Amino acid sequence: MSLIRAAKPQGTGARVGDAARASGAVVLTDVVKRYGRGPGAVTALDGVSLRVEPGSFTCLLGASGCGKSTLLSLVAGLDDLTAGSIDDVERPVAMMFQEPALFPWLTVAGNVELALRVRGVGRAERRQRAAELLDTVRLEGFAHKRPHELSGGMRQRVALARALAQDASVLLMDEPFGALDAMTRDILHDELERIWRERELTVLFVTHNVREAVRLGDQVVLLSSRPGRVLNVYDVAMDRPRRIDSAPVANLAAEITDALRAEVSRHAG
Amino acid sequence: MPVETVEVERDPSRKWVSGLDELEKTPVTETRWGRLGAKLWAGTWPKVLALVFVVGAWQLLFLSGWKASWVLPAPLTVWQDLSEYAATADYWQAILITLQRALTGFALSVVIGTLLGIAVARFKPLRAAIGSLITGLQTMPSIMWFPLAILLFQISESTIMFVVVLGAVPSIASGIISGIDYVPPAWKRVGAVLGMKGLNLYRHVVLPATLPSFVSGLKQGWAFAWRSLMAGELLVIVAGQGSIGALMQGAREFNDAARVLTWIITVLAIGIVVDAFFRAADSRIRSSWGLHQDS
Repeated sequence: MSLIRAAKPQGTGARVGDAARASGAVVLTDVVKRYGRGPGAVTALDGVSLRVEPGSFTCLLGASGCGKSTLLSLVAGLDDLTAGSIDDVERPVAMMFQEPALFPWLTVAGNVELALRVRGVGRAERRQRAAELLDTVRLEGFAHKRPHELSGGMRQRVALARALAQDASVLLMDEPFGALDAMTRDILHDELERIWRERELTVLFVTHNVREAVRLGDQVVLLSSRPGRVLNVYDVAMDRPRRIDSAPVANLAAEITDALRAEVSRHAG
Repeated sequence: MPVETVEVERDPSRKWVSGLDELEKTPVTETRWGRLGAKLWAGTWPKVLALVFVVGAWQLLFLSGWKASWVLPAPLTVWQDLSEYAATADYWQAILITLQRALTGFALSVVIGTLLGIAVARFKPLRAAIGSLITGLQTMPSIMWFPLAILLFQISESTIMFVVVLGAVPSIASGIISGIDYVPPAWKRVGAVLGMKGLNLYRHVVLPATLPSFVSGLKQGWAFAWRSLMAGELLVIVAGQGSIGALMQGAREFNDAARVLTWIITVLAIGIVVDAFFRAADSRIRSSWGLHQDS
């Protein structure tokens, strides 16, 4: 336990971009998303209302077809709503996906710098900021490597550094650790928690791993499938840092898993 | 060391993370030089052996008396002609003229092919209009263009340039079109998330992503340009331009088979050198992108 307890916030407020971090809430009101028109239309999200507090960690949980990824695209502004509204989002938001999607023609540092370059940050500052961000994700020695020279977990950390380079108050994560082995995922949970607290980010984290959701979230939002609706919101009132293998996490995860199974069974032929 | 103990207690997960990173590294078992030597040897001996076989078969054919020696000279006769000729200015002048034509034509093709490729990939109606035409042109033997080119430009440099460019442009354009078509959607999505649109997305994501496909298009384009050029130089002999093709035709007219073979060997050698250059570029990109692990 002492190992993890040491990862408490250190030196908050020393980071760049904190002034812009006053907001960071995400408020969804009766969000509807339909694809297509007429009788062939598919309803991905049907009246989703959700309030995400600034600086909180929210996990979106659901089986396939619950529109988790659609929801993130809508919050990111990559896709348009059919009805309802999404308020208070400071765009652009930062976003991470299951695949790191690093650009192979750039070095690790180059990938991080690209995010800054698009925002018009000058060369010298880019270099310095990228080095700081790589230090944040503990890859300071890998700046000049190519993405393929890194392991899956390291690539995901580069992707995280690139997302942080956007200096957004909201970070959307679409199953970011889904393709990683359990040990790497466990470490990345700690890392993400540390960075989230240091930078006072608002995180929306999509996963279908129930324990992961309980390990990380302040609240866990359970979504139904086809169409996606909010079934239940669980407040996770447990001290941080938590361990994914601790009894309280396992107990709440079991409760949520039962609810999830009941929802999936509803779709049985 | 007391300093390190303090460091560990303040930030233990740093060690944990970097320990895991360290374990992910594959241990290096061979030295780079050792590997390079082995690779060089593995690539060289089959080539030497093949050359020995070809020259041997040629010598046997010569000894069999199948053709008169002025039609099919012995390998040694050709070697003597080649080494003597390579010491003259004429030989190098011809290579210079031909390579100049090749490079000019190829450079022009790269510019036209790249712009055409981007335009076709970007604008749907344009693709519908000429997409299949580009594919069709790739299969068209370039020698078919010469009668028309001669009518259009008479016997001139432009005639040769016209055919060289027509031969190379379709391959280069196809390379960039398929490169753009197969940019992973995840990369474009990241570009969008980072706030790139239109030209910015092209500059930072789409165009760099086409690089491997672009290089293989260039390689194929060069092959077509080179073939078209050789056909052109044999057919269209521009006065005062002692190019490889012109001198080779001259040698045939004087029944100088050894000289004809000298030029064949020279053209083959140029082809191999240029191919090696493209191969090196291709393998450099592949290894820095992590597209293969074996070299």
